[in-house]
Amino acid sequence: MSNSSPIAPHHAEGAKADIVLMVEALSKCFPGKKTPEIQALDNVSFTVSRNQVTGLVGADGAGKTTLIRIAAGLLVPTSGSVTVLGLDSATDTLEIQSRVGYMPQKFGLYQDLTVAENMTLYADLQGVPSKERTDKFRRLLQMTDLGAYTGRRAGALSGGMKQKLGLACALIKSPEILLLDEPTVGVDPVSRRELWKIVNELVEKDGIGVLVSTAYLDEAEKCDQVVVLHEGKVLAEGTPKEFMRPMAGQVLLIDASPGKKARNIYTRLSGMDDIVDVTIRSGRVRTVLAENADKNALAESLGAATIHQANPTFEDAFMALIPRSAQHHQPSPSTFLHPGHDQEEIVRTHELQKMFGTFEAVKKLSFSVKRGEIFGLLGPNGAGKSTTFRMLCGLLPASAGEISVAGHDLRRARAKARARLGYMAQQFSLYGQLTTRENLSFFGKAYGLSGKLLKTRMEWAFDEFSLARWANRPAGGLPGGNKQRLAMAVALLHEPDILFLDEPTSGVDPFARREFWLRINTFAEQGTTVVVTTHFMEEAEYCDRMLIMSQGDTLAFGTPAEIRELAKTSGNPQPTMDDAFIALAEGKVNMAQSAPAPPYREDTLP
Amino acid sequence: MKGKALFLMRLRGILVKETLQILRDPSSIALAIVMPMILLFLFGYGVTLDADHIPTALVDDDGSAVAKELTARFDLSPNFELLPTRTMVEAEELIKNREAHAIIRLQSDFTARLLSGREASVQLIVNGIDANRARLIQGYARAALANWSSMRLARGETAGLPAVIVSQRVWFNESTESRDFMVPGLITLIMTLIGILLTALVVAREWERGTMEAMLVTPLRRIEILIGKILPYYILGMLGMGMSVVVAILVFQVPFRGSVAALILFSSLFMLASLGFGLLLSAAIRIQFVAAQVSIVAGFLPAFFLSGLIFDLESTPLPIQVISHIVPARYFVDISHTLFMAGDIWSILVPDGLVLAGMAVFFISLAYRNITKRLEK
Repeated sequence: MSNSSPIAPHHAEGAKADIVLMVEALSKCFPGKKTPEIQALDNVSFTVSRNQVTGLVGADGAGKTTLIRIAAGLLVPTSGSVTVLGLDSATDTLEIQSRVGYMPQKFGLYQDLTVAENMTLYADLQGVPSKERTDKFRRLLQMTDLGAYTGRRAGALSGGMKQKLGLACALIKSPEILLLDEPTVGVDPVSRRELWKIVNELVEKDGIGVLVSTAYLDEAEKCDQVVVLHEGKVLAEGTPKEFMRPMAGQVLLIDASPGKKARNIYTRLSGMDDIVDVTIRSGRVRTVLAENADKNALAESLGAATIHQANPTFEDAFMALIPRSAQHHQPSPSTFLHPGHDQEEIVRTHELQKMFGTFEAVKKLSFSVKRGEIFGLLGPNGAGKSTTFRMLCGLLPASAGEISVAGHDLRRARAKARARLGYMAQQFSLYGQLTTRENLSFFGKAYGLSGKLLKTRMEWAFDEFSLARWANRPAGGLPGGNKQRLAMAVALLHEPDILFLDEPTSGVDPFARREFWLRINTFAEQGTTVVVTTHFMEEAEYCDRMLIMSQGDTLAFGTPAEIRELAKTSGNPQPTMDDAFIALAEGKVNMAQSAPAPPYREDTLP
Repeated sequence: MKGKALFLMRLRGILVKETLQILRDPSSIALAIVMPMILLFLFGYGVTLDADHIPTALVDDDGSAVAKELTARFDLSPNFELLPTRTMVEAEELIKNREAHAIIRLQSDFTARLLSGREASVQLIVNGIDANRARLIQGYARAALANWSSMRLARGETAGLPAVIVSQRVWFNESTESRDFMVPGLITLIMTLIGILLTALVVAREWERGTMEAMLVTPLRRIEILIGKILPYYILGMLGMGMSVVVAILVFQVPFRGSVAALILFSSLFMLASLGFGLLLSAAIRIQFVAAQVSIVAGFLPAFFLSGLIFDLESTPLPIQVISHIVPARYFVDISHTLFMAGDIWSILVPDGLVLAGMAVFFISLAYRNITKRLEK
């Protein structure tokens, strides 16, 4: 498979009867008022068959949501058509809507209504006869494990439960086709796994057709058929195997020689030309080579490191497929260095505790972060990681315990500590109406920069984060990952010793995430300490050490390798971070040295 | 028959959902019940256009029995609260410190001039910052003086004041209770606000929370969305209105001279016009904050200024008068004034009611045309 020619459609000619959804030469333009019109979809064609899960894969802005919305009759094509169950989505909308199940990104649940009331509402709207309901509800509740929560309001459910309820509502009429728009965004790994189990069961038992869009590339691997969208066009189509086959031999795992950090190899490889992708997985550097790369030259340049062949995944194929020019630029090594020896403890907490009324959000947490370390704070929503994070940044006072940052006691010298840390909030917290330049200038001044120094640092930011072309654009209107870049530039303007990043990669596509981690690595190598929260378990691999929290308590603490080791069983000799997290969360394993941590249960989340 | 059953099932679904949401979401109850009460008390007590117990400095340089009799007239009046001062300087100080709004001064030769049949003048100095209050004070003072001189004349004594004494009623109704006039008008204002805000906000909220998208992908028909969004909020709005009327009658002692049936009929028409207008706004606005702002600018302010509630429309410039005809509140202010203060005067109620009915039909049908089952407009 080459990068330019799409794989031929997979479905057989005779299988026409099995086609439940057919996209033909579909284009969609959104006219812009001031900006030029946006071509969201450009001549897209593919089909979805019964008995199959078809995955729609692509980065943010690839056109996935637009396509699903057209299929659901929410948008009208500019040209071309979507035929659902033999009906045209633009003209027979109502008929289609009574036969498909659709789950939008925000699940479409009424927060004030209980689980049962939400289901009854959608049963009414879909015209499910009363006598069929008891049976149907029982089946759906059993399938989604929500039977015990029928009286609970949707707003009080955890993210994973909301998602399952959203699915139950979409399935209320036993649809012949199910449309899911990024159903697993912002949901923890346990819930993601459960959702896929339900979807696969539906396909097997009821033989429905499923079209699911996702930006998680590991999920694409679970689909029967995958369509890769890029900038509104179909790049390739086929089974995950067809995608992965040509990648054989192109994927290498590199073990750093003893005493060396995998991270150093990782940053070095990222700069090379014939490398398609580099990540850190299970403590090793995983790299995907371009088709004609010179493997020997590579081996030579790595010196003492050990190189193994690895099985390609869909993600590798995907990265190889997307044109390089579309990928984000590689960050250049930055100029500032923070001297100081590596063993210095730059963040330290001792028996840190936070009470909200009588609720103990953080329970006697003790840990330390060394200079130049990337330290991860992980855990499900409600685990207390945001609270801990805010206390570390001095945004929230601790109820008890000690906490020092860069040598300053946060209880006494908060302002001094703050001057030495940079903070990037989870939500976009810049001024949307101000331009990129104005934002940089404002925040620079807020951190006490002025005159020549401010000018130099702003120039550095424009250059380092390639923001120059957006200098005069309002920050609120920056495309995709550029908002994140600007937010990070702002946090780094005053050359902080410590960088606090709160869920920096949530809602960011795979490319932006890779670029982001590469940058963080570069900074860490230069001596900046990075404390980061994330719910992407695979990203935990980039951390030197991490703390996994659950219900305010320490669930596990250590290096990625140590944590993975916990989940090692005879059946799974090489567990991934996801496996480890699930095992920890389900209480199957716990840190030997610490007291057994309470198992993570969704229903007890605050 | 099958179609009708499905129609009723879907309608039931959306009506039950809206009702449960109203009952559980404190914000819609607050909007429909609490806010009207607050507005009513705030405006009812705060914006009466009468002035009582106006602190007034008194400089009596004369000090005779005649002068005392005159100042007693002011003292007895509920409008004035006299603050005796010895010198003019002292009185001016009170004005400057905002401790008094006016000065009444009797010069030392007041009694002498009065008894000798010459013109004896009483000086009234009013703080003109609040023009409305200044005019009230002038009126009240003239009334008190007139009272005094007519008493003297009746006793056959010289009054010494200009012969023409204006015996006026200041601005308002017999008891000078502007409240009787204000409160029924306020009910109009309140209904405008809740009618428009309720529909505009709830639809915007559905967009924000992403529930609208899920709703649009069900076989729900546009007419069902329309009924589902209007009927529950009509009932809620009418409850709010009913409570306002009860409070007006019981707390503010406003007379109600019309019939309840007429009130329900005409307020329903007005409520539907407001709800329709709100729904029309919601078709274009998908953010709650903007919906609230637009509702206030496009709904509340015209109702406030152009309905004849605060400003007498007949004394406004012609263009304003013309524009005021497209404001629904104008007609309902007229109706509620009539129903509260006069009674079922059909010659006023019917034409106003017809206009409101026309507006309700206009806004609701326009809103219906703008309800779309697509995400694009």
